[in-house]
Amino acid sequence: MRYAMAIDTKKCVGCSDCVVACQTENNVPVGYCRDWIVEVTDGTYPQLELEIRSERCNHCDNSPCVRCCPTGASHYDEGGIVLVDHDMCIGCAACIASCPYDARFTHPDGYVDKCTFCFHRVKKGQQPACVEVCPTKCMYFGDLDDPDSEVSVMLKKRKYKTLVPEAGTKPQVYYLI
Amino acid sequence: MKASRRDFIKISSLGMGGALVSGALFNFTKGSILSDTFQASDSFTRTPTYCEVCFWKCAGWVYKNDQGDIWKIIGNDDDPHCNGRFCPRGTGGVGMYYDEDRLKTPLIRREIGGKQVYEEATWEEALDHIALNLKKVIDKHGPECMALFTHGSGGKFFGDFLKALGSNNITAPSFAQCRGPREVAFLATFGEIISSPERIDIRDTRCLVLIGSHLGENMHNGQVQEMSDAIDKGASIITVDPRYSTAASKSNFWMPIKPATDMALLLAWMNVIINEGWYDKEYVEKYTYGFEQLKAHVQSFTPEWAYGITSLEPEQIRATAKEMADAAPAVIIHPGRHVTWYGDDTQRLRAVAILNALLGSWGRRGGYYNPEKIALPSWPHPPYPEPKRTWRDANPGKYNLAIEVVSNGVCDATIPSPDRDCNFKAWIVNGTNLITTLPDQKKTLEAIQNLEFMVVIDTMPMEITGYADVALPECTYLERYDYARNSEHREPNIALRMPATEPKYNTKPDWWIVKQLAKRMGVEDYFSWNDIEELLDWQFRQVGTSLEEMKRIGVKKFPRKYDDLYFHEGQDVYFNTNTGKIELYSTDLLAEGFDPMPVYTAHEEPPNGFYRLNYGRAPMHTFSRTSNNPLLHDLMDENNLWVNPRVGREWGLHNGQEVWLENQDGALSTFPVKVRLTERIRFDSVYMVHGFGHNNKQLTRTHGRGASDTEMITNVKTDPIMGGTGMRSNFVTFRVENPHKEEVTS
Ligand code: SF4
Ligand code: SF4
Ligand code: SF4
Repeated sequence: MRYAMAIDTKKCVGCSDCVVACQTENNVPVGYCRDWIVEVTDGTYPQLELEIRSERCNHCDNSPCVRCCPTGASHYDEGGIVLVDHDMCIGCAACIASCPYDARFTHPDGYVDKCTFCFHRVKKGQQPACVEVCPTKCMYFGDLDDPDSEVSVMLKKRKYKTLVPEAGTKPQVYYLI
Repeated sequence: MKASRRDFIKISSLGMGGALVSGALFNFTKGSILSDTFQASDSFTRTPTYCEVCFWKCAGWVYKNDQGDIWKIIGNDDDPHCNGRFCPRGTGGVGMYYDEDRLKTPLIRREIGGKQVYEEATWEEALDHIALNLKKVIDKHGPECMALFTHGSGGKFFGDFLKALGSNNITAPSFAQCRGPREVAFLATFGEIISSPERIDIRDTRCLVLIGSHLGENMHNGQVQEMSDAIDKGASIITVDPRYSTAASKSNFWMPIKPATDMALLLAWMNVIINEGWYDKEYVEKYTYGFEQLKAHVQSFTPEWAYGITSLEPEQIRATAKEMADAAPAVIIHPGRHVTWYGDDTQRLRAVAILNALLGSWGRRGGYYNPEKIALPSWPHPPYPEPKRTWRDANPGKYNLAIEVVSNGVCDATIPSPDRDCNFKAWIVNGTNLITTLPDQKKTLEAIQNLEFMVVIDTMPMEITGYADVALPECTYLERYDYARNSEHREPNIALRMPATEPKYNTKPDWWIVKQLAKRMGVEDYFSWNDIEELLDWQFRQVGTSLEEMKRIGVKKFPRKYDDLYFHEGQDVYFNTNTGKIELYSTDLLAEGFDPMPVYTAHEEPPNGFYRLNYGRAPMHTFSRTSNNPLLHDLMDENNLWVNPRVGREWGLHNGQEVWLENQDGALSTFPVKVRLTERIRFDSVYMVHGFGHNNKQLTRTHGRGASDTEMITNVKTDPIMGGTGMRSNFVTFRVENPHKEEVTS
């Protein structure tokens, strides 16, 4: 089992619905977010290109945050999902510094928080909140070990990239380009 | 100038009752809008609603957590407006309920010690006060001197109320400030309007042409979803926009047109499609009227002619015409929504309609489908009294082809003038912030000063509430019933909104407010239901369902009764026009003295050192009404001014620098706006998202954030055909020093 996400940059319109759906689903305090939108413009008028991406924790196979966590709060869970155990977390923020994606933040309650791939939903067979809400249906979530899962199929069918691959983290959020 | 009758009052001037505020369910200082201890759990209840954050009215479910607090809103899978997926505003609609800046109790304007203040009132007092003053206006001037401005579901009850009193001056800015020109243009062409949600078959189209429509930035939910489906299926998208919009970035063709010249492009497309023989000959022959006239009319409008006007390469104009023709009839030249731009908007939309007709897309799969809705009977009531005058009598000879009440016509006719024997004397304003909705703020304010009475009903202390004689706090859509949603679609369907929770603070639903007022005004016979549940249940039973069932399912679909979704091959179709045909040559427009076929008119150009002000939407906000919503504010807390880097260099502007705006008439923006230098905008125009720059301090989160485009719209080009207010002939320049400095001293 290897959970992963594929996000189609050709369809994402950058509406931030994934951000606000995550905030309500996961009770993320106002002023914080577990996912966010990046827009990259290239070229000069009128020869232009625009890429829009919904970003979040990449649930890396080789996670610097898990490696550097002194208490073991940051850990790999089922299907490779990277989670933080709130009770074990001492809020030292070493993981925040180690993440090349700036995916983590200190929750006002003192622990470090980030995207969980909506593990509480996935466990029940539901899709993550952001995937389920996206009006353009540009996000696919599933098991990479299952060749018939939507995410496996999309990665076979389309060209894709990952973010900051040179960091060697083996990110599991893929961007269809 | 004598002291104004109606000073703007800051709603807190007498202090909001502490007891009222302390009902807050959560602690904002901690930054969380829900209880911190809350864990997502299974023990929730859900109630149906349809969203009120924009006019799309998506149906969904409101979930509460185990503490009974509203937790989240999720789309209803059976709803054709949203297909189970809300847009960011709808998802963030929760914030509307939790916004601690809400109007909390009725307020009455009083003069105390020479100063105008709001006094908190009970509902009894406020309703008595309104009834007394409306009666005064009616006795003195007749009921026809009352007008209702409304935008939203609750307004229907106020509409019934006005009709019962004998006035039909019920107006929504969604006509003359928005989609009016397209409705009138399509009516003149096809004998039917576009309506909402638009009857366009994007999911099955092979070519979608967007002219200034920034789908994806405007989250017209079903359309954005279908555009995404169309991209998946490999449909071609052509976007005409001086700005590299999100939609432009998804397009196969982006046409960076010189602003205000769209008509030239549309005429050139017609020229190519007709002269190359790319139009649908059978369809045109069978269904249309005036093809020969049109053909002769467009002969001089070659792509080369258009090039000089639009700056678009003739080859691109030809290639895109071919792209459309190859896809036809599964092609959509999008009718747009906010189309009040230059004052000849009905004619521009006529050109859009004609192009669709030439390509045979009306009534065809992948083009325009035939929508249908069910007839939901109204609660029986005595016949409404016949008004002796209407808004048309107050605007003699004007806007004869308008099919709805022209809001700016009502506003104009509120200002006394010697050539009018009657003026509007009382306004009821529900759910629309006229100060930022109507262009030409000075005129709006002058009209308000001339009113004898104004009631504003809103959930938030929008700017308009500060001018009211009575401000009533309605509860949000999450706390109330409304009439069922019954809109046209591929499949007829209705949706229920019911309260997910008790109204917060001392707020009330519109149906209750209206019933109370009706009793006081002696028109209670028109509202003879005991409460809204009885009304809704009765209505539902007429169409084979019940309130009980609707509470369970939220959305109910019905089989189509009339025609099919598309025309059949060779079907005889009667169009509801004078000729019974699709009118390429409009007999209606001709009869009213307008051009029967669209012509190109050059529009005003920016003076030296000025840039055309274009404005639009952001996906996370609706008009000016969401900018204080804690969740949506968090996503976007101010607007920016898009400036081409070349222009930025000329002015020495840097990214993030604050500038004030000044327009061609010397109007200054109250607040500065941050510059966003971006290649995505042409050098001759600037762009900003509408709905920011609020100057009411009671909107604590959004006050003073960003600048207001409405303040810069003083040059209004009225469409003589239907009264639409063209707003895109305004030009701004930058002021890097605060131009208001001298004024703040006193
Ligand atoms: S909800 Fe979907 S379309 Fe909107 S920003 Fe997120 S990924 Fe993009
Ligand atoms: S998967 Fe869940 S936690 Fe992660 S960004 Fe999406 S909604 Fe938020
Ligand atoms: S489009 Fe968005 S804001 Fe509008 S009704 Fe639907 S969910 Fe609500």
